[in-house]
Amino acid sequence: MPKKTNEISRNREISISEFFEKNRHILGFDSPTKALYMTVKEAIDNSIDACEEHSILPDISVSIDKVDQDDLRITVEDNGPGIDPLEVASVFGKLLYGSRFHAMRQSRGQQGIGITAAVLYGQISTGSHAVVKTKQAADDVAYSFEISIDITRNEGIVHERKSFIWDRQHGTSVSIAMKGKYQVGRQSAFEYLKETAVVNPHMDLRFTDPSGKNFHFPRSVEVPPSPSISMKPYPLGLELGEIQQMAHQTQSEKMKSFLTSSFNRVSSNVADEILQKTGISPDSDPRELTASQARSLMNAFKEVKLMAPPTEALSPVGPEFIRKGLKSVYEDQHPSFYSRPVLRPPGVYNGNPFQVEAGIVFGGDLPVEENVRIVRFVNKVPLLFQQGACAITQAVSTIDWRPFGLDQKQGTGIPFGPMIVMVHVCGTKIPYTSESKEAIASVESISEEIVLALRQVGRDVRRFLNKRERRSQINEKFRLIRELIPAISEKASVLLEKPAPPIDPVIAKVANVILIAEEFKTTDDSVSVKCTVCNYTRSSRSLKIYPDPPAGELLGQKFYEITDLAPSLSYDFAFSIKGISKNYDGTDYYFTGIDPVFVQGAEPLPADWELGGMKIEEEVEE
Amino acid sequence: MTDTAEVLKEKLIRRIYGYLSEGEVPFLSMPSRNKENIVLDEKYMVWKYGDKSLTRSAKTVDGAEYILKSLYVAGFIDEMLKGKKTSTLREMYYISEGWGPGKFHSQDESDMQAEDLEVLTALLREDFGLRPEENGASIIGDVTIEERNRKGEFKKINCKDDVGDGGYTIPYSVENNKLRLKETGAKLVLAIETGGMFDRLVENGFDERYNCVLVHLKGQPARSTRRLLKRMNEELKLPVYVFTDGDPWSFRIFASVAYGAIKTAHISDYLAVPTAEFIGITASDILSYDLPTDVLTDKDVQALNAELKDPRFQTEFWKNEIGTMLGMNKKAEQQALAKYGLDYVTDKYLPDKLFSPGDMM
Repeated sequence: MPKKTNEISRNREISISEFFEKNRHILGFDSPTKALYMTVKEAIDNSIDACEEHSILPDISVSIDKVDQDDLRITVEDNGPGIDPLEVASVFGKLLYGSRFHAMRQSRGQQGIGITAAVLYGQISTGSHAVVKTKQAADDVAYSFEISIDITRNEGIVHERKSFIWDRQHGTSVSIAMKGKYQVGRQSAFEYLKETAVVNPHMDLRFTDPSGKNFHFPRSVEVPPSPSISMKPYPLGLELGEIQQMAHQTQSEKMKSFLTSSFNRVSSNVADEILQKTGISPDSDPRELTASQARSLMNAFKEVKLMAPPTEALSPVGPEFIRKGLKSVYEDQHPSFYSRPVLRPPGVYNGNPFQVEAGIVFGGDLPVEENVRIVRFVNKVPLLFQQGACAITQAVSTIDWRPFGLDQKQGTGIPFGPMIVMVHVCGTKIPYTSESKEAIASVESISEEIVLALRQVGRDVRRFLNKRERRSQINEKFRLIRELIPAISEKASVLLEKPAPPIDPVIAKVANVILIAEEFKTTDDSVSVKCTVCNYTRSSRSLKIYPDPPAGELLGQKFYEITDLAPSLSYDFAFSIKGISKNYDGTDYYFTGIDPVFVQGAEPLPADWELGGMKIEEEVEE
Repeated sequence: MTDTAEVLKEKLIRRIYGYLSEGEVPFLSMPSRNKENIVLDEKYMVWKYGDKSLTRSAKTVDGAEYILKSLYVAGFIDEMLKGKKTSTLREMYYISEGWGPGKFHSQDESDMQAEDLEVLTALLREDFGLRPEENGASIIGDVTIEERNRKGEFKKINCKDDVGDGGYTIPYSVENNKLRLKETGAKLVLAIETGGMFDRLVENGFDERYNCVLVHLKGQPARSTRRLLKRMNEELKLPVYVFTDGDPWSFRIFASVAYGAIKTAHISDYLAVPTAEFIGITASDILSYDLPTDVLTDKDVQALNAELKDPRFQTEFWKNEIGTMLGMNKKAEQQALAKYGLDYVTDKYLPDKLFSPGDMM
């Protein structure tokens, strides 16, 4: 629910209730389906935001019930901090009420208009009042309100206020009846909830659809994300006018302290450097900054070496949490692979930091013949509309996915394959294509970061596919050698009632390699691996084998030295990997000391092995 | 006949065993069984497999599985021969469930393998005791045969007087040890594609009126049906005429009767009747009899185009027929002749076609 607001002075009041009544499409309430979607979206966004600010792990339940033929009742209940009873009328009954509208930080809610618009739409379409229940931790009782909106005065009217005992510490429930239509699909309330669960793995979400069917997206992360904080502007990307305005409004008496106190990442040293470059005196009064001085400051910002903008203001989901979120939502498709999610370093767009993260879900029951599914987020809010116009979609389309193992016509456009691409862009100020805020504008610095993130997860998919291909080749060879050729020999000799001929020479002809393959067992948090090295060549062979687990800690030797392994003999070694078990997809093996043509199931040890330690796969930045 | 079990050992099992004992990777080679590898056998005037061959080696998983499966099939046949049993191809497919890595994944695969064994051994499926699922088609007309029944006695049957309206059902094996052709008063054999037309001719008494043997092909004819046509043609000296629908699939039915089928080209000289003649429905019939038609489907057009590349259809007659059909983009069923009444086919169409010289292909 909308957060508690203490500083009335920060709130602005724009009388637009009446305007909205006549132009409801502007806020997205243009059809019964869209109205339902908007209401669910606004309510759940508010709930999650409120919980986040108070570091509460959200428990949210959403239900949509049929009232009659055309009308639905949407109820969203959370365990958030609750709302001051005195503010309820304004929060739900006054458009453009809320501090969020003017805050300079990353937040979900976008316009401060949403939930009131939903209340108003419900009032217009059904004539009924919204019902709000709320309880704050400090209060002994909860309050229940019936609220409507005075359209001409843009004010909430409380019709009934009752106190009651609520079996919870704190929380808010809002229930709005409206003309609405429940649908499922890519642009539906249900999809919105589902995708919200992906980027909010710390949320426990229950949903009941109009037919009474229940869905549960359980919490997979027990830590609430730290609340995002406001930040000072980062010097790069600021407009000239913005620098001037900051200088003229500063409390600082001197130029140097203005620079160090008003801008992010400007240390004393950096300020000195800037002042030296511009020739502005450190002791001059910033409130008397001239236009040409401001311009030279702007240029100097670009020349000095600044630390990357601070990420505290940003609140990415984080790689491990993205993986968990993707898993808890898409596991019913039994994907065969989740990429290692990528979190790019923060970038800056117009002085505002942003950060891109991406993940991929691949294989399983996902459709092979269809376009890959693109799931877009901004500041943990799913974007379901205007996919084509969005920088994320365009980034996906500009990449040639064929080298990553996907089908794509001529190497452009949305590729085909059993894949879901998830991209989250978070930032204090994200440029959108339009006021509806459903598509990110194609700004070069952001698009570039998205492309880099996608290439990185794309490489992960390619690695997975290569690995799968290599494994299947080795498994085939093993099957040939260990199962089929012996079976042929046995069957032929039984039919002829003769002794089975020795088959080693045949096997040497078929294989003529050293085969390396593993078997593994998983426990709760570790994997025990047995690796078998079989010499199917016709001479004795020696080699060294280096296991490289995909993750976790290797408990075993760094390498295994095999000396004079005679033909048709095998050598086994075992090790375990700690801190990994689910989705273990096999260890990579590297070797030295033998001609690579004689080895299948391992790769030659890269030259930089010792230098790079256990990490071999460098990330190439295109 | 040579001992089937011995031939299987010689041509397959000992070969594989021999390779293994010599330290060689086992392999099997045989003619490729496709359209690209059939050639006209000038001696018999039927189409048989050419020189292109396909080798399957145990170097690959597919090749090794194939060799293992052929050994299992050979073993299964050996067992059946010892126990004097036969099985359907479908039963063999299900039995293969217990063959571990030698198990078949579809019945098409196991049917194919049985045919491959025929090619490899120059024996017949019937020799292996393997028979198709469906029972044979039926014949009606003045021909007397002797069929060996389950008691091992040969029983005489006249296919006109000793059968009902359904006719005599052709058994799956029509070799001399099972079926003997004794005598006939008929002058020709008329092979008919569809059951509806077969029944029409029977009801109208066409066989008696024109002294012929009617054979129901039941679509693409089974081996035993084709073999019986061949024997009636060779042993009773009866000319064979084929009467089908007028569409690309019927052209193929005629081709398999007269020229040999691609899948069974290894035994074309044993199954095909090179002197068989096509009566219709021809593409020109559709025009000259103004028959009710259907538009060709995409698949029909594909089939006609494939036939244009099929070596068996490279004659003036067939190039014309296929070209005409593609040109008018229409096909017709044999029963479309009912447009002119139920008796038209027996009173007019067939007599004109069969007995007016100069109107035949």
